[in-house]
Amino acid sequence: MATMKFMCDAERCIECNGCVTACKNANDVEWGVQRRRVVTLNDGEPSEVSISVACMHCDDAPCIAVCPTETLFQRDDGIVLHDKDLCIGCGYCLYACPFGAPQFPRQSAFGERGKMDKCTFCAGGPAETKEEEYQKYGANRIAEGKLPLCAEMCSTKALLAGDAQEVADIFRQRVVQRGHRDGGWSGNPRREQERARQGRDLSDADGLAYDAARQG
Amino acid sequence: MKTMMQWHRAWRGLLLALLVLLGLGLAGAALAQADPEGEAATAVPALDADTWRQVRSGETGPNFRDSRANSDYNLINASGETWRQWRDRWISPFGLIAVGGMLAVIVLFYLIVGRKELSGPRTGRKLLRWPLVVRSLHWTVATLFIVLALSGLTLLYGKHVFRPLFGDAAWAGLMSTTKLLHNYLGPLFGLLLVVLLLRLLKHNLPKRHDFAWFRQGGGLVGKGHPDAGFANGGEKAWFWLLATVGLVVIASGLVLDFPNFAQSRDTMQWANLVHAVAALGLTAVALGHIYIGTIGSEGSLEGMTSGYVDETWAKDHHNLWYEEVKGEAIEERELSDDGPEAPGRAPSPRSG
Repeated sequence: MATMKFMCDAERCIECNGCVTACKNANDVEWGVQRRRVVTLNDGEPSEVSISVACMHCDDAPCIAVCPTETLFQRDDGIVLHDKDLCIGCGYCLYACPFGAPQFPRQSAFGERGKMDKCTFCAGGPAETKEEEYQKYGANRIAEGKLPLCAEMCSTKALLAGDAQEVADIFRQRVVQRGHRDGGWSGNPRREQERARQGRDLSDADGLAYDAARQG
Repeated sequence: MKTMMQWHRAWRGLLLALLVLLGLGLAGAALAQADPEGEAATAVPALDADTWRQVRSGETGPNFRDSRANSDYNLINASGETWRQWRDRWISPFGLIAVGGMLAVIVLFYLIVGRKELSGPRTGRKLLRWPLVVRSLHWTVATLFIVLALSGLTLLYGKHVFRPLFGDAAWAGLMSTTKLLHNYLGPLFGLLLVVLLLRLLKHNLPKRHDFAWFRQGGGLVGKGHPDAGFANGGEKAWFWLLATVGLVVIASGLVLDFPNFAQSRDTMQWANLVHAVAALGLTAVALGHIYIGTIGSEGSLEGMTSGYVDETWAKDHHNLWYEEVKGEAIEERELSDDGPEAPGRAPSPRSG
């Protein structure tokens, strides 16, 4: 059985928010909830980097461990789904989640939380009919043999989704193609040391003119 | 005309050839740029360790952006795992040990030592101890406490007990009712507890003889009774526990119950841990209070149900108070004639 995973190649993400929009549209996500977000670190600096984040469908999912009603559960293929009929809106999954994935509609008084909503890896959720499933959880593209729409529509193919082994292979190829040992996720001191040893001074690199697509 | 058109066609062909050549040249340049060596040389400076350290710390700098509306989250919720470990590995098992252990201790105590009987026969003369307003407050707060304790325990342990026991059909309804009871009755409990505490404050100021009471273990075992005024050392300890830990439970509960004041996720994690530890502790101690007030000692419960206690009970448990109010004792049949709260009879000024 495959294990489904997302992976965002931060060297490729151009912060276009296409994944956010694709998700919102594919799943008819309710007002005020945004299942995917794009985080940018060091915005406006030469080292700026963006990462698309949603539920990462953890192997040892903290949300499942802390949920008092067993709303959250994991399928055999690793996708973490939620049963909206069980959710009581306690917010514990939000406290525990490393990625800020669970969200709650806030239409009630005093900020009382509605039923939790989060990324389903475009795999829907428990429901009696297809219509009910779409209304509660959005699209079930996995059942149709398709991957999550956010990754499918990513213009730079920064966001990858699918079997963990496949995703890892694609990413490994990219890292090899990039030609330096730490061409995956940046920020490794070894890379900096190596550059310094080769006498490459990049302090005046023109960050604005830099084209992310050129990175591989 | 014909030569003119041919001339045009030739020109167009030449232009096309030039464009194709130009395009190829540009493509060649682009291909050269995909060269890994060149890329490594021109790559932008990487995110340094400090940035990742900041991500891990949970803080966001001025150059942090999140595309989600009204988001105050960092990239990684670093404290989430800490919260999970505290809740699931420590509070959950040790709360069960505290509450279950207390229950076991009480059962053992009852089986081995047994009920604390009155030292002599009842005199039949009664003293007013708890007026109606205190009794009403006490039983309302007590009922709310029990409902909140049971629903709180269900939120923490329910999925290990009730889902296997009652099945999936009852599960959703049970849990949503539990949450509604807990979240809606909580603020009411908080309000009434504060009123009750204020009402009983004057009886619970610590006195010197309270320390002697504790040194003698409250006379829980054996025949003797240490000195005590209106409230004995144990009652005062329970009062001040509620006035401190109880208020902490209420405050942390309100933080969790009303997430509309922009309190952060980290604040609610802390509030949740504090709330759970304090509430489980209070639940354990409350079991002791319930035991002593009901089957643990003869004659105590009637004080909180009818409002009146027997002279013998007052002499045993609150000898100093008895000395103050013994002149106000009334015969039991007077009570049955017109009830303890009959109109026209002012409550004794020294009572509850």
